[in-house]
Amino acid sequence: MDKHREAFKDEAYELLSELETSLLELEDAPEDIEIVGRVFRAMHTIKGSGAMFGFDDIAAFTHEIETVFDLVRNGEISVTKELIDLTLSARDHIRTMLDASDGGEATNEVMAGEIMTSLKKLIPGSEEKKEETEGPAAPADLIDEDDSSPTGLPSPDTQGGNITYRIRFRPSRDIFKKGTNPVLLLDELRRTGKCKVVAQTDAIPLLKDFDPEACYTYWDVILTTRQGINAIKDIFIFVEDDSELSINIIDDGGRLDNAAGYKRLGEILIERGDLIHEDLQKVLGSQKPIGEMLVDAGVIDTGKVQSALIEQEHVSDVRESRRKAESLSSIRVSSGKLDSLVDLVGELVTVQSRLSRTAAYQNDPELLSIAEVVERLTCELRDNTMSIRMLPIGTTFSKFRRLVRTLSNELGKEVVMTTEGAETELDKTVIERLNDPLVHLIRNSIDHGIELPGVREASGKPGHGTVHLSAVHSGANVLIRIEDDGSGLDAKAIKAMALERGLVSHDLEMTEKEVFALIFVPGFSTVKNVTGVSGRGVGMDVVKRGIEALRGSIDINSKKGAGTTITLKLPLTLAIIDGLLVKVAEEFFVLPLSIVEGCVELSREDVARAHGRHVANVRGEPVPYICLKEHFMINSGTPGIEQIVITEVDGSRVGFVVDDVIGEHQTVIKSLGSFYKDVEGVSGATIMGDGRVALILDAPKLLQAVEQEEAGIYSKNAKLNP
Amino acid sequence: MAKTLLIVDDSASMRQIVSFALKDAGYEVITAINGRDALNKLNGTRIDMVITDLNMPEMDGIEFIKHLRSNSGYKFTPVLMLTTESQESKKQEGKQAGASGWIVKPFTPEQLITTTKKFVR
Repeated sequence: MDKHREAFKDEAYELLSELETSLLELEDAPEDIEIVGRVFRAMHTIKGSGAMFGFDDIAAFTHEIETVFDLVRNGEISVTKELIDLTLSARDHIRTMLDASDGGEATNEVMAGEIMTSLKKLIPGSEEKKEETEGPAAPADLIDEDDSSPTGLPSPDTQGGNITYRIRFRPSRDIFKKGTNPVLLLDELRRTGKCKVVAQTDAIPLLKDFDPEACYTYWDVILTTRQGINAIKDIFIFVEDDSELSINIIDDGGRLDNAAGYKRLGEILIERGDLIHEDLQKVLGSQKPIGEMLVDAGVIDTGKVQSALIEQEHVSDVRESRRKAESLSSIRVSSGKLDSLVDLVGELVTVQSRLSRTAAYQNDPELLSIAEVVERLTCELRDNTMSIRMLPIGTTFSKFRRLVRTLSNELGKEVVMTTEGAETELDKTVIERLNDPLVHLIRNSIDHGIELPGVREASGKPGHGTVHLSAVHSGANVLIRIEDDGSGLDAKAIKAMALERGLVSHDLEMTEKEVFALIFVPGFSTVKNVTGVSGRGVGMDVVKRGIEALRGSIDINSKKGAGTTITLKLPLTLAIIDGLLVKVAEEFFVLPLSIVEGCVELSREDVARAHGRHVANVRGEPVPYICLKEHFMINSGTPGIEQIVITEVDGSRVGFVVDDVIGEHQTVIKSLGSFYKDVEGVSGATIMGDGRVALILDAPKLLQAVEQEEAGIYSKNAKLNP
Repeated sequence: MAKTLLIVDDSASMRQIVSFALKDAGYEVITAINGRDALNKLNGTRIDMVITDLNMPEMDGIEFIKHLRSNSGYKFTPVLMLTTESQESKKQEGKQAGASGWIVKPFTPEQLITTTKKFVR
């Protein structure tokens, strides 16, 4: 904009010096109308552009001089020496105002007022008009005088509710010759709301009388919009003088509703003046639809009837959706009902996959198309049902505020809790079962993490500690973080403690992460004095079990002295997961797709090259794998090429060797029942399309089981060769 | 294809700000300094819309619109008048001459574009 302002100022200076010359010429030749025109144009441009570029004061001041010279131009005032003098000083004043905008010397308001008053005296009959022209007219007034200005912002009469209008727009025949395309106006109308347009073609003459440059069509529009009637009129502003435009409110957003639907067709037509009552009565004798009868009787043409029918339909629609909106809000349903709905959807998903399978097997096109539709609907139904069970985690977060307050008082610490992502949604069951683990973690943070105010200040931290709770969506998971700015975990102390308790052996090389993971081992506690709050050594392993029961995982990051971050990764829902169906011999297994990174082949040569170690080379990186066939002791031959499903478990990559990867599978999780509750490495089962059962693998547990087995061998060996 | 608009105004700063706003909105712009200049520049060129000031030396806006409309090539071209005239008479004169619409100075670039869109897509 500054660039434009500069351009305007350059131009204005130029115009002012031109003005000076013109004025002096005019003094010599006061009758020369051409010079008067030049003066007028100079003033006009300064006024018009001045207002455009924000020089409102200049625009207002110049307006007065322009008015005077308009009168001179029309011969109502003659050019006198007094006028020339005044105009010259006015010109100088404008120049000062321009300079002032650049930080030049301030303008002399008194002088400006004097010029104004003297100029006004020159205007004949100015005494009467005084009120109108008194004082420098603000440019806003200039617009306001023109009440039909299209440039004004949308009228402020826009109302809260939707209003339905019936608009008939019959442009003048020569609208095209004015350069206006009525279709663009209808498009503009369309953009303001829900709109139906019917073109009326009954005025189009026969070809021999037809003028291709004339507009014979007119339009009936039914429009539902939030805009007021003036905003709609504004659309037609340039054509309203020459066109026939009628706008009626036919539905005002509820107030006019009567119990019995919308008006009947005959009533609409009569109200519009397209039909007279007598004709309607005459035709009503027979039994065909009224519209058809009216057309048959020749009292009205099809276009009008169609338009009225559309109005009927449109208004019914509007009222229907309003009723829906009114009754919508929300309803309370017992969670038991929701649970059984989820169960049913689960069954349906199972049956649907069976249907798809059968259809694919029989290859009957008709059955296939039905199966496809059922699949699509089931998918939508599943997503909808799941979304009903979703709740924001915020309520849980706010419960912890109280906990934090009580705890910090009890321990004599100052702790502030901040939260983020309270609106993140999670399955209802997950939220309920998340409560206890979160309580444990927050207790731990405050008890073990955050130091006493004195200790904190000594190490240069603010006296009050912070616990930050956040929740965020990440794919099919939700990540919940508990961050504190306390003392952090001491890897050395943890390892020492683990050694003392005999949880690890001396010479075991461990990464920091592995050391941190030790705090989840049952019976571990680093703090000597057991407080009433935490430290009984039952905390963290219970937390871990709780999170794993939700098919989630837990991750620790900590820096000594700076704080600890614990991240919980939880699935959005418990009932149905996307799984990867794999096959080992004749058995099927499902791995949660969320942990799967990819699949690679494992050939005999690869196995041979690894010298019996279960490590595969995946894109240049060694990845350990677990052979499911060996682990579950399935006896069968091994195919020439096996498949490794690469997964991410507890932050590291692990492969699972299977015979065949079948593909993605909508897995409805069924629990195995109490009899199998001790089976490790299997979290549940699912029923497949053909009715067979596939076990759902619990990758972290499987990995642990295998590690423990190996550690057992290791420690046995260690005992054998001390 | 971008629409081409002709701007006729004797004020350089007006031409600048109007073309700037229109180019910003994706239109091609041709400028002329008065009616005579505009007619010379047009000379049969295809144009989608004309935006013209009314008060100009040599040939004013009204005169220009009349000339334009008498040329069969520009019979249906939308013409928008730029005006500070709040008087109805000037506006009526312009409409009589064949102008399609008007916009009152001062206006914002948004107002200009909204009004332009009433006539060209």
